[in-house]
Amino acid sequence: MSIQQITMPQLGESVTEGTISKWLVKPGDKVNKYDPLAEVMTDKVNAEIPSSFTGIIKELIAEEGDTLEVGEIICSIEAEESGAELSDRDPEQISQEKKTPTNEKSEDQNQSNKTRYSPAVLKLSQEHGIDLKQVNGTGAGGRITRKDLLSIIESGDIPKEHAANERVVREQKETVKNEGIGAEKPRPTAPQVSVVAGDIEIPVTGIRKAIAGNMLRSKQEIPHAWTMVEVDVTELVEYRNSLKEEFKTKEGFNLTFFAFFVKAVAQALKEFPQLNSIWAGDKIIQKKDINLSIAVATEEALFVPVIKMADEKTIKGIAREISELAAKTRNGTLRSEDMQGGTFTVNNTGAFGSVQSMGIINYPQAAILQVESIVKRPVVMNNGMIAVRDMVNLCLSLDHRILDGLVCGRFLQRLKEILESTSKENTSIY
Amino acid sequence: MAVISYIDAVTMAIREEMERDSKVFVLGEDVGRKGGVFKATQGLYEQFGEQRVIDTPLAESAIAGVGIGAALYGMRPIAEMQFADFIMPAVNQIISEAARIRYRSNNDWNCPIVIRAPYGGGVHGALYHSQSVEAVFANQPGLKIVMPSTPYDVKGLLKAAIRDDDPVLFFEHKRAYRLIKGEVPNDDYVLPIGKADVKRKGEDITVITYGLCVHFALQAAEKLAADGISAHILDLRTVYPLDKEAIIEAAAKTGKVLLITEDNKEGSIMSEVSAIIAEHCLFELDAPIQRLAGPDIPAMPYAPTMEKFFMVNPEKVEQAMRELAEF
Repeated sequence: MSIQQITMPQLGESVTEGTISKWLVKPGDKVNKYDPLAEVMTDKVNAEIPSSFTGIIKELIAEEGDTLEVGEIICSIEAEESGAELSDRDPEQISQEKKTPTNEKSEDQNQSNKTRYSPAVLKLSQEHGIDLKQVNGTGAGGRITRKDLLSIIESGDIPKEHAANERVVREQKETVKNEGIGAEKPRPTAPQVSVVAGDIEIPVTGIRKAIAGNMLRSKQEIPHAWTMVEVDVTELVEYRNSLKEEFKTKEGFNLTFFAFFVKAVAQALKEFPQLNSIWAGDKIIQKKDINLSIAVATEEALFVPVIKMADEKTIKGIAREISELAAKTRNGTLRSEDMQGGTFTVNNTGAFGSVQSMGIINYPQAAILQVESIVKRPVVMNNGMIAVRDMVNLCLSLDHRILDGLVCGRFLQRLKEILESTSKENTSIY
Repeated sequence: MAVISYIDAVTMAIREEMERDSKVFVLGEDVGRKGGVFKATQGLYEQFGEQRVIDTPLAESAIAGVGIGAALYGMRPIAEMQFADFIMPAVNQIISEAARIRYRSNNDWNCPIVIRAPYGGGVHGALYHSQSVEAVFANQPGLKIVMPSTPYDVKGLLKAAIRDDDPVLFFEHKRAYRLIKGEVPNDDYVLPIGKADVKRKGEDITVITYGLCVHFALQAAEKLAADGISAHILDLRTVYPLDKEAIIEAAAKTGKVLLITEDNKEGSIMSEVSAIIAEHCLFELDAPIQRLAGPDIPAMPYAPTMEKFFMVNPEKVEQAMRELAEF
């Protein structure tokens, strides 16, 4: 015989207190273990407190209506045998066991599986137009089971989906959420456009769709910043023009200005590897290899084949690769590996006469450089004289998450230096 | 109808077939004078004589090989492997010869042999007297593997196996021999090989199993019924080739499937059953397909505690069924 205390059990994960709504025993009553002692009310469930011992009720410490914290003593029992075996049992477990058969599945249970739908549940809900959001599941973690739906179907009381406008609101909320996250594919918005006779409708498919998706993603996700420098390439132009004809005859392909720019970019990137980076969500990956994506346009679309290891190649080598990649792009033999692995993009916007442009970064690279058209302009020289010089604008778009203005400014400064010192004396194309 | 034990149903089927067809004969270790170590062939030697109930040397490849040769000659041998664990030396004969001959000879030859072997654990038999070997043979087209659970099925399926024109492996659970009793008619009847059998109808969960585990599942189902959980139990009876139609039907019925075998889990018969369900029942499933099986360790341990750990038993089955029902 020993006096044992019964305490307020924890009747749910977040329950901290309970109210004795009714005593089911009185002092002097004989109880068996697991017999109910009192009815208890919490903010989550109503349950019975089972006795942990067989014995005689000695004293009711709490009164009906009292609210007690979990662990507080509610009554004492003169136990028949030592309660050691039982008292270490989790009272919650006991009350759970008692609860299950009475089917008291209330909100105290975890609902983590409430929106995990099995194929069978989805199929049934679609066939019968059941709005699963309104169904309470009886499965583990609040999961809606096939059986739950079968009994709903049998009862004929099918929760239908709410009015359409409510759903729109929900969808809008989801859209906002997605945009917040940013990484989600944006929902295509279809503006109301009327098509009249003579208009041509072009379906957005294949490569056009891919371009649209990539551009949208880049523009929506990357905080673009933009900067431009002006470069005097008079000597570069002279040098290249002096080689042009001979080169073409000897090598069989064109020595373009663009090759000089690509080479210069590769060289400058070697010195400023920060710009040769990839955005990877929670980290920035500074790439070792300098693989330059170059934009090549066809009538229908834009491709960005890659000159791999551009820093290891000569101007001639780059010129050859540009010429080959351009040819491949035009006759449609570009392979996907030709377009993979780019770490930085150089775009020859000057080819069509542009003098200024704001490139959209080739996601997930850190920056894109637009090489604009070389134009003759009057320039005030160091000695105060005005001269006619070959000038070019270099426009840089940068991902401001990865890069700041300072490093980009230095990079452009270095690029400018390289290009302005390119000449017959300083530079070899081989 | 008489209530007899599982092993008596084996003897009854063999005796009736030997009486019916003089081409049927028995060979194996100790099957004659001793009547088999489990007494499955008791009384046959006395009734049919040493020409039809042949004691063989301790050489499983010879038992199978002699049987296969006789079968090719038009006899109907019933070869006994004393324990399924000992079948390994005969695997080459069974797979390379018995299973292939019809295909290899472009239908000119066939091999109507039955190879019987007691399998399974729970008898403190340890390593060489407890194993399940069906998975070894269960991807060999040309073979059939029958593993009945009740005396009624034993008689009907063993007779069907003896009359089958191709090789049949007939695995009998040794613990079921004297543990499981049931009504068996005295009449001559056969049950179709390749057909599963619903042993209990239910709505909430489906249990697919075979052999002794069928009884564990039936016991557990009784207990669960008291808590309002209704279990549908399919006995595969033939584990190769599988009764796909019955499997799909049973799985789709409740969408919650528990597959039980006492064999090692990985690569077991239940792996194939699971694949069939996954291929055909995706949109009917309400829970992940569950498997309850022996652990992936080499063999049944000897220590009783460890044997209990390895073996599927009614408690494990009940718990798995309950968890699935609550999912």
